[in-house]
Formats: sequence, structure tokens, C-alpha cells
Amino acid sequence: MSEVNEKNYLENGEGFASWFFTVDHKRIGVMYLWAIAVFFIIAAIASFLVRFEHLTPGQTIVSADTYNVLFTLHGSMMVFLFIVPGVAASFGNFLIPLMIGAKDVIFPKLNLYSFWIYLAGAAIFMIALAGPADTGWTFYTPYSIETGANVILITLGIFVLGFSSILTGINFIVTMHKLRAPGMTWDRLPLFCWAAYATSLLQVLATPVVGITLLLLIGERYFGLGFFDPARGGDPVMFQHFFWFYSHPAVYIMILPAMGIISEIMPVFSRKPIFGYKAIAYASLAIALISFLVWGHHMFVSGQSKLVNIIFSVITYAVAVPTAIKVFNWLWTMHKGSIELSTAMLYSLAFIFLFTIGGLTGLFLGALAADVHLHDTYFVVAHMHYVMIGGTVFGFFAALHFWYPKMWGRMFDEFKAKIAFVLIFIGFNVVFFPQFIMGTLGMPRRYFNYAPEFQSLHQISTYGTWIIGAGFILMLWVLMRPLPGKAPGNPYRSVSLEWSMDSPPGTFNFDEIPTITEPVYNYGTKVEEES
Amino acid sequence: MNWLPQSASTFAPGVDLILWLVTIISVLSCVLIGFLLVYFCVKYKRKSDNDQTPAITHDSFLETLWTVIPTILCIVIFLYGYIYYDEYTTTPKNAVEINVTAKQWIWSFDYSNGKKTLNELYVPVNQPIRLVMQSDDVLHSFFVPAFRVKQDVMGNRYTYINFTATKEGVYDLYCTEYCGTAHSDMLGKVHVLSKAKFASWEDGSADKALKASAANIPPAELGKQLYSSKGCVACHSIDGADGVGPTWKGLFGKKRLFVDGSSAAADENYIKESILYPGEKMVEGYGPVMPSYKGLLDDSEITAIIEYIKTLK
Amino acid sequence: MGFFDVTSKIIKSIAYPSEMVPSIDDHADDGEHHFDPVTEHESAKLGMWLFLATELLLFGGLFAAYAIYRAKYPEMFMDGSKSLDVVLGTVNTVILIFSSLTVAVAVKAIQENRIKLVKLMLWITIICAAIFAVNKYFEYTYKFSKGIFPGTDIFYSIYFASTGVHMLHVFIGMIVLGILLRKVYKGKYSKENFTAIEIGGLYWHLVDLIWIYLFPLLYLVG
Repeated sequence: MSEVNEKNYLENGEGFASWFFTVDHKRIGVMYLWAIAVFFIIAAIASFLVRFEHLTPGQTIVSADTYNVLFTLHGSMMVFLFIVPGVAASFGNFLIPLMIGAKDVIFPKLNLYSFWIYLAGAAIFMIALAGPADTGWTFYTPYSIETGANVILITLGIFVLGFSSILTGINFIVTMHKLRAPGMTWDRLPLFCWAAYATSLLQVLATPVVGITLLLLIGERYFGLGFFDPARGGDPVMFQHFFWFYSHPAVYIMILPAMGIISEIMPVFSRKPIFGYKAIAYASLAIALISFLVWGHHMFVSGQSKLVNIIFSVITYAVAVPTAIKVFNWLWTMHKGSIELSTAMLYSLAFIFLFTIGGLTGLFLGALAADVHLHDTYFVVAHMHYVMIGGTVFGFFAALHFWYPKMWGRMFDEFKAKIAFVLIFIGFNVVFFPQFIMGTLGMPRRYFNYAPEFQSLHQISTYGTWIIGAGFILMLWVLMRPLPGKAPGNPYRSVSLEWSMDSPPGTFNFDEIPTITEPVYNYGTKVEEES
Repeated sequence: MNWLPQSASTFAPGVDLILWLVTIISVLSCVLIGFLLVYFCVKYKRKSDNDQTPAITHDSFLETLWTVIPTILCIVIFLYGYIYYDEYTTTPKNAVEINVTAKQWIWSFDYSNGKKTLNELYVPVNQPIRLVMQSDDVLHSFFVPAFRVKQDVMGNRYTYINFTATKEGVYDLYCTEYCGTAHSDMLGKVHVLSKAKFASWEDGSADKALKASAANIPPAELGKQLYSSKGCVACHSIDGADGVGPTWKGLFGKKRLFVDGSSAAADENYIKESILYPGEKMVEGYGPVMPSYKGLLDDSEITAIIEYIKTLK
Repeated sequence: MGFFDVTSKIIKSIAYPSEMVPSIDDHADDGEHHFDPVTEHESAKLGMWLFLATELLLFGGLFAAYAIYRAKYPEMFMDGSKSLDVVLGTVNTVILIFSSLTVAVAVKAIQENRIKLVKLMLWITIICAAIFAVNKYFEYTYKFSKGIFPGTDIFYSIYFASTGVHMLHVFIGMIVLGILLRKVYKGKYSKENFTAIEIGGLYWHLVDLIWIYLFPLLYLVG
């Protein structure tokens, strides 16, 4: 490294203060990564307890009230503390400046404040656990108004977390507009950045709505405002409209960055450019924009009018098509390629398959008549976990493995990591596939007790959690115990900018800002374009 | 393995058709994508670090194909979903109305002839029914898997379900919008009776027959059945665990401390009063949640319940 | 670093963000990530416009609630609106519009290095905001004395929620303008470096704009 980048970013400054007060996007990304990992583990433990309870139809290990707290904790912690900030805040922060050829994001101090705000929101959220909410992560009224739990505190925590999300989104959007290296036109922007851009649009535009929704819920509980309480002239369905206006775009905040990761990994391990670059970029934007128009599909049986239901159903199918296009584009990237089945590639391939299942099961739910039967059953639980775990978490794990050498300057044991992958893949399907069947059979969600005829399916699902749990532990063990020796700068021979410097990068990323002259996935031999 | 419940309403076949259709589309898509994934991995497995690969980035034919086909499939699925939904939400002219009230954690049904039941819904077969529903408190949702019908129930306005049962039998009814502690105990049964049997239920003659046959069951045994079928199970445990209401284990003869400071032993009279007028002597530490069973349980049934409680030491 | 050092560092970094020195390599350019001034200026403006969009969506929720409930309870809204003090509301509206003018003058003034004018304009803006706050205090306490609170009925809930959230933004605006004013006194801004005042002014304009919509919807319905 040159004088400017004498020390890599991990070594440049030691001690708590050098991390807690850093403005280096890479360190901020790493701190987010640790934070979300901690909350992922806590929320996962809650889910293992939930599933353990389901080994028998009646009470197994906890009471009904505790069970209701556990699934609320699992859902709200996973959504607001892990998956929404998730890939964007950790990998987005680490990678975007590297990928666009910049020294840092455009607002480095704001970036640090975003992280502090995340910690503050998380702290308030954790304090609320003293009287934990039992409302479900969706906080539907009137139950959330009258329950005795610390609803005000937990929603306040989520409100504060929303600021972190918004400020990160603003930072990424402006960074990508203003700090792309010379020659990096928009059609040379890596697809992970396109995904992050679309995600940031959602973060900026959707999050304020959940902000006001939660503020009004706090007002309901504290002042008795009455907007969402039928006893006071309010409308509980209006709460649902406000809540889902954010929460539907939120699910695209969850998946788009993971899709961006897949778009980065597929070319590297196929040694081919991504198939249909523009289609993927525009599809990401289309998905982001259309996602604002479909929130009502969470409310088909809520009592909203028939006409409104029909409109939401139509638009919901519209958002399915760009997603399908992306899946085929990733797949076709492999065609005539040179495939290497690294751990990162395995997670990416699994993503494509599992996310497809998750997306296809969304087609069931978008159909009005079918949704009448399937809404609020385990079918929905299975669908959402296929897209969130099979999709986002697998994408997140792919990123953990792919950029591992770049972030830490070390290599990991691929063989053991692949065993962990197999356990996680099998375990995941054993947990969630039976839940589709439970759902079509009519097993409702959020049920502490259940009818004995569902027991065998519930038990299979619980056994799956032990398999996936073993896989998580093995994966963690592998990642925490890197192989001896320093990693090369570019072990996977990627042509993407973030691999063009030493691993780990120096604090200021580039000795010299590069000038871009090539397309972004410059693999393979040029073919004559078909006319 | 069975993945669908019984099909017992006019709406169910349409829903099942959509489920089958989308399942077939999904399975074919997954097989295709899964096959291609594995096939590409095998066929194009890396042979050397210097493998030559063509930089293909476009294929107009394929891209059109995989845009148009998903679009067409989506339109088809939407149309099926819409058509059957349209039927479901159109009330037939000769529909008989039944009023449904949801409350934590009991369903109550009011019939047009003034009859009232708790947790048990009685309907004649092949008769269009329109449920007119509202909630006394939080959101609930009325769900009968065998009919494939579902609708949220709320406090500030009425919501409706149309259905016509096509098969005699007894079907599960679930609450399917999370409503608190005993959400998963807010269960019921839908009894679909032949026209004749329904007529005799409606005018009360079936009740007499039921009571006659119930007379042959020991009271404690009858009490045990009523514990589940009348909804007591939602709030009162029999194993000592605390719930929304006090446990019945060891209840009989036990001294009860009431919210106004007075106390009394739980004898036959106390239990009967609590069933008919639950607000009169509320036990300290519990809220005014229990509905009255006046008109819903007759004296012999109350006696049966008391006998059952006596067996729970 | 000792506890005291860390604490004072935290307090300094919150109070004086732009002076915070990150613990990075001394070889870097003067210890801060500077990008060229044009990029910084344009970026700050783009960032602020994005932030204003979020504020519009935040208030959008309140306006949506207003629309739905006014359609549902038209008479309640008419009666409620009549009970509000139109005079005081009008005065507040004029004050806010005037304060938007003064902050706009401040932005123009800094672009011409007229520091004294900047200070005067910022002071007036802040004082206007304070008067607005005092007026609202009188309005609220008058309602409370009549037994009208948030939750009394849906109209008053909308009134208190909307004006309350707006008032929160007025306070935030006062703090922002106050910090800017303080920095003007310290000589931080000039016609070469005025971005912060411009984006602070933008924020204030939004606060004014929201009120311009709230006022007729709440006060002039009857």
C-alpha cells in the first residue's frame, strides 16, 4: 500500500473510541454487521423456543402468554433489528464506496450518527422487553391499544430505528449520484449498487409512514386519541392501511439488497457477465416503485371493499413479473459459463431456488379467492420465511462468505463451510415446507394450542430447527476460525472494483481514484451481438 | 398425504381449483429451474482456470419468452382468483342471515328465530347463509377451513360471509386474527344438518332428544363434554394452571376471595350463580370477562358441570 | 482513553459535529473526508431534499387521517373547527410566512457575505418561531381549561396530533437555526461556505409549508 493507505482499515486505529467514533464506512459496516448478527441470534433463539413449544398440541414448555411474547419478540426483532437494516447497513456501507471507486460515502459523519441512532433504537427496544409486547410484530389495534405490555416503549424504539434507516438511505442515494468514479456511468454501476439504490428509495419514502403510524399508536395508548379504536369512533382497518403502506415496501427493503448480492456473485463464479444487466437494474427500480401500490394484499379479508381488493390483486401480479425476469437472468448467467461451486456460489444457487419457491407461493396469496382460505394460516408463515430466509438470509450468508477475504484479510475453510451450507439448506426446508401443508389444511398462525391432527407436521418442522441450528453453529464456527495466512487481494479473480486493492482495504480505499472504461462484469470473450 | 381439508361448501371447489392450478405451475417452474441449476453446474463445471466463456448478455427471444409467459400465467391466476371471489362476495337472494358476535374468546350466534348458541353454529345443508358479524372487543377472524371461508370481525362495523354448505357433518371453526392469550382456544364447530334435522333443532325438538340421550350419560361425563363444547376451556384450566379465569382444579369447596373483600366457599349455589350471573361475585385478581350463560345452559347441564368440577381435585 | 475523555468526546461530537476529528490516519487530508466544495454543496442540497420528502410522507399520514375522518364525521369537524381561535391561527400563519421570508433573506445575505444581515435575519426567524410557540401554548392551555384534550373526540385528536407534531418540528427548526446562528457568530460561514444555512433554510420553509396546509384544514372548515 502507498503512504496514504499504509495501514488497512482494521488496523488503522485501535481501541473502542477509534471504532465508536470512526467515520470510515468500512468500520461502520463492520459494526452494523456485529450488531445485526447479535440480534439475529437472539431472535433465532426465540424462534427455536416457539418451535419447541409446538412439539405437543398443548403446553409443552411455556404458557400461552409467554408464547405470544416469544413470537412477537422473534418477529419484531428479526424485522426491525436484523433484516431491515441488515444487508444494506452492513454490506451496503462496506461495499458501495469500494464498488463505485470512492473514498467513503458522501456524508461520513451522518453515517456514524445513523449507526448511533440504530444503537439507541435497539437499546429502547431491549428495555421494552421488561414488559414485553404480545401483539405480534404487526401491532394490530385494538389489541395493541389495550394490552398491558410495554407497547409504547417498543414502538418508540422502532420509531428511532426508522431514523437510522432513513439517514442511511439518504446517504446511499446521494453517494451514488455524486461520488461515482470518472467513467462510471449509470450503466456501469454494479448491480449491488443498483439494488442498494432502489432499497434506499424505499427506506427514504416508506419509513416515515410507519413513523407516523407508531407515533399515533403511542398517542392512542397515552392520550386515547381514538384513530384506531372502534370504541372511540376510530377504525382499526385504518391502522392496517398505514402499517402496511410501509411494511410492504419494507419487504422489498429486505430482499432487494440480497438480490444485489446474487447479481454480484453469479458472474464471478460463472466467469461470465451478468445476463441482462439493464433488465435487472430496471427491474429493481420497477419493483421498488410498484411495491408502494400493493400493500392492500395483506388486507384482503380485513373488511376493505371488493373493488379495492381487485385493484390490489392486479397490481400484486404486476410486481411478480420483474421478479421472475431477474430469476431467469441469474440462471442464464450460468449458461455456457465456467462454474465454480464455492460456498458463496452454493448459497447463491440455493437463493435462486428457494426464493423462487417463496415467490411462487406468493402467487397463491395474490389470488383473491385462494387468499380467503390461506390468509393468516401457516401458508403465509411458510411463504414469508422462504423469501426472507431462503432469500435474504441465504443472500446474506453468501455475502458473508464471498467478501470474507476482502473484509478480514483471511480465508476460511471452504469444505467445512459447505457442510454447514448443506445442514442449513436441508434444515431450512424441513422446518418450512411442512408449514405450507399445514396452511392449506387450515392451521392458523400465532396459535399456542393446536388440533392434534397437526402434530406430526409440527414435529417435523421442529426437528428441522435443530438441523438448521446445527448448521448455523457450524457456519459461525467456521467464520470465526479463519485459516492461517493473509488472504490475497483478489482470490476469486473478480473484475469488480472492490477487489482491485489489498485485502483488507486501506482506510481510504484507493491509492488513486480509478477511471472506468470497461463494462462492469467484464468476463468472457466478446461475442457478436445478435441483431 | 392429504393437503386440503374436506370440501364442504359451494366455494371450496373453486378455491381448490386455484390451489391445484398454482401448485402445478409452481411445481413445473421449480422443476425447470432446479433442473437448469443442476444441469448448468454439471455441464459447465469449471475445467481450468483459463476456461474460455462467451460474454453473452442478451437473447431477445429468451427474454421475451420469460417475460410473456409469466405475465400470461399471472393474468390467468388473477382471473381465476377474481371470478371465484366475485361469486363468494355476491349474496344469493334467498340467503338466511345469522348474526355472529366475536368476543375474547367466545363465538356467539344469534339466529333469526331468536335462538342463541355459543361456539356451535348450526346450519342446514344446501342453504345459502349470510353471516352478519361484529366484535365486542378486539379484532377476530371467522375461519372454517372446510368451507374455505374467512373474514375479519371488528368492533366498529359489520362484516359478512356468504356460504352454502354442501355436505352434512361437523366442521372446525377457528379464530384466525390474533386476539390475545386464548386466541388459539377460540374454537368452534359448524354443524351442517339435513333440512329435517335442522328443522327439529330449530324448533327445539332436537334439544329434547339430545337431553334425553344426555340423561343416559353420567352428569360428570356430560359436564366434561360441555367444558369443551361450550367454551369453558378457553379460560378455565383443569390442571391448576392459571388462565383468564380461575382453574377448576380443586375449585369445589374452596374459599374464594372476591373483589369487594368478601369471601365464600365455592359450593353448588356459587358455581351456578357464577355461570348465570358472572359479574355478581368476581374473584379477586380476575377481570369482568366472562359472558353469561343464561339461556345457553339449562339446569341439568349446569348440574353436570358442577358434578364435573367436583371430580377435579 | 479514560472515561472522562470519552464522555467529553461524545458531548463535543454531538454539540459540534463538524469539529469532530475521527481517529484516522494523520496522513490523510487535514483529518476529515473533504470532497470538493461543489460536490459537497450539491450533495448537501440533494440530501436535504430527500429528507424533506420523508417529512412530507410523515405529515402525509396525518393528512390522510384527517381526510378519512373528516369524510366520516363532517359535522364534528365543522363544530371543532369553529371552536378554534381563527384570529390566533391567522396571526401564527402570518408569523410563519414572515419567518420564511427572513430566513430566505438570510440565505441570500450569506451568499453576499453580509454577516450582520444574516445574524439579524436568523434572530428574527428564531423569535418568530418562539412567538408561534407561545401562541400555541395559549391555544392549548385554553382548550385544556375547557376540558378539551387530545382524545376528547376525533377532531381534537387530529388537531392536537397534527399541531403537536408540527410544533415538534418548529422546536427542531429553532434548534437548527440556533446552531447555525451560533456558528455565524463564530465566523464559520461566508459566501464560499454557506451550504448549511441554505439547507437549514430549506428545512424551515418546509415547516412553514406544512402549517400553510394545516391552518385552513383545521381552522377554516366551519
